[in-house]
Amino acid sequence: MVKTISDGIVISPIKNGTVIDHITPGEGLTVLRILGIRDGTNVTVIVASNVPSSRGGRKDMVKIENRELLKDEVDKIALVAPDATISIIRNFKVSVKKTVEVPKQITGVIKCPNPNCITNTKEPVQSKFVVHPRGFRCQYCDSLISSEMDIGDYI
Amino acid sequence: MTHEQKNILSVRDMEREEIDKLLSSAAAFDRGNYTGRELEGKILAVLFFEPSTRTRMSFSAAMMRLGGKILNLGSVEATSITKGETLSDTIRVISGYCDAIVLRHPKEGAARLAGEVASVPVINGGDGAGQHPSQTLLDLFTIRESMPIENIDVGLQGDLRYGRTVHSLAFALSKYNNIRLHTIAPDGLNFPKFIKEDLQDVGVELIVHDHIEDALPELDVLYVTRLQRERFPDPVAFANYASTYRITPELLELAKPGMIVLHPLPRVDEIDPAVDDLPCAKYFEQAHNGVPIRMAMLNEVIN
Ligand SMILES: Nc1ncnc2c1ncn2[C@@H]1O[C@H](COP(=O)(O)OP(=O)(O)OP(=O)(O)O)[C@@H](O)[C@H]1O
Ligand SMILES: [Mg+2]
Ligand SMILES: [Zn+2]
Repeated sequence: MVKTISDGIVISPIKNGTVIDHITPGEGLTVLRILGIRDGTNVTVIVASNVPSSRGGRKDMVKIENRELLKDEVDKIALVAPDATISIIRNFKVSVKKTVEVPKQITGVIKCPNPNCITNTKEPVQSKFVVHPRGFRCQYCDSLISSEMDIGDYI
Repeated sequence: MTHEQKNILSVRDMEREEIDKLLSSAAAFDRGNYTGRELEGKILAVLFFEPSTRTRMSFSAAMMRLGGKILNLGSVEATSITKGETLSDTIRVISGYCDAIVLRHPKEGAARLAGEVASVPVINGGDGAGQHPSQTLLDLFTIRESMPIENIDVGLQGDLRYGRTVHSLAFALSKYNNIRLHTIAPDGLNFPKFIKEDLQDVGVELIVHDHIEDALPELDVLYVTRLQRERFPDPVAFANYASTYRITPELLELAKPGMIVLHPLPRVDEIDPAVDDLPCAKYFEQAHNGVPIRMAMLNEVIN
């Protein structure tokens, strides 16, 4: 079986799918949650956590078979893993490689921490957060998810 | 949603010029400078999903003074809301009955949502612990009646942690030049960190006092708010604080001449009724100012 050597670790190659590399250590599982991949989802996923990175330090890494990430999913990942790289793999080769960018406004990804916020009701409304110097602010109730809080808890 | 639609949802996202325009217009209305036909033929839907006699009555009075008519929601129990209709649907439907909506709702952000789905202007009449722009505007208006809002020291006393009126007033004041905010709050009930930081971002000077006696001699405005028992860790802490938390004529001898005392009302024990007759007591005037301010708001969004 073919193996690729990447950043010093041996990982099995995938034919088609997406590789998310350089994820902030510890956030690999949050990335999966953002992508809506959880128990019972019929997708082959490999998560590597706290592996040494060629760029120094450690990183998490996620490989997803047979799924190519879309632009808005990529943006969501930036919330917890701003340094992530997204490689779309087609026929074992990196076909597209992109970086992620924290969007100025995030619609429908973050759950407002304020239980009394109108976005946490049965109203047909998606949450809207805007980037703030110290975190993300709910456009409806002004609640702040500060940089000290783990935004992954609200995704 | 129409794009030219004008809502008043939060003082925080208003420009200083817009605020000043409303204050000036309120001043004109207050002087009796209106015909009473400004909003003739117009209908205001008053949608209060929470009890609030004063805000509701003063919006209604304001609409009637300008010649408009009122459409009341009636009691929430009797409406389709109890049948499970969403606020979004209610707002869409009621938009077709009126020329503007004033909404009071228990959820924060409800007015912003209403503004997005309504086809007529929406005024936020208070949403949960969130924004209450007409209160803030009437607070500013009352200050402006006594002094220019510039280079003044404003003391904020009471529950500054949960009190939305003081948060909103603090942000509104931050749009003016050279305002120093003095906080006098019980332990654990001062401004939350994110509010402090936001205020510092916009260049407000914040001065924290442990005792009202230290703050009083510096103030041009003292804004007193009600303490709520449930905000204190235990009944003893509340009783201890509440017993010292009272503005009296004796205490006010420490104040500069010309200092004014405001309170969003209703008050409980925090202002001695003996203060009511002093020239510094402006809180009843403040309450009356609710009408001209709301006239200005209605005139602005409907006309
Ligand atoms: N067929 C494949 N199956 C699984 N993973 C792959 C495959 N091809 C590439 N990768 C992984 O995709 C990521 C991007 O590939 P690339 O060749 O650009 O790596 P790199 O040169 O290490 O780049 P970087 O500097 O971003 O780490 C790497 O983590 C690599 O291990
Ligand atoms: Mg690499
Ligand atoms: Zn919110």
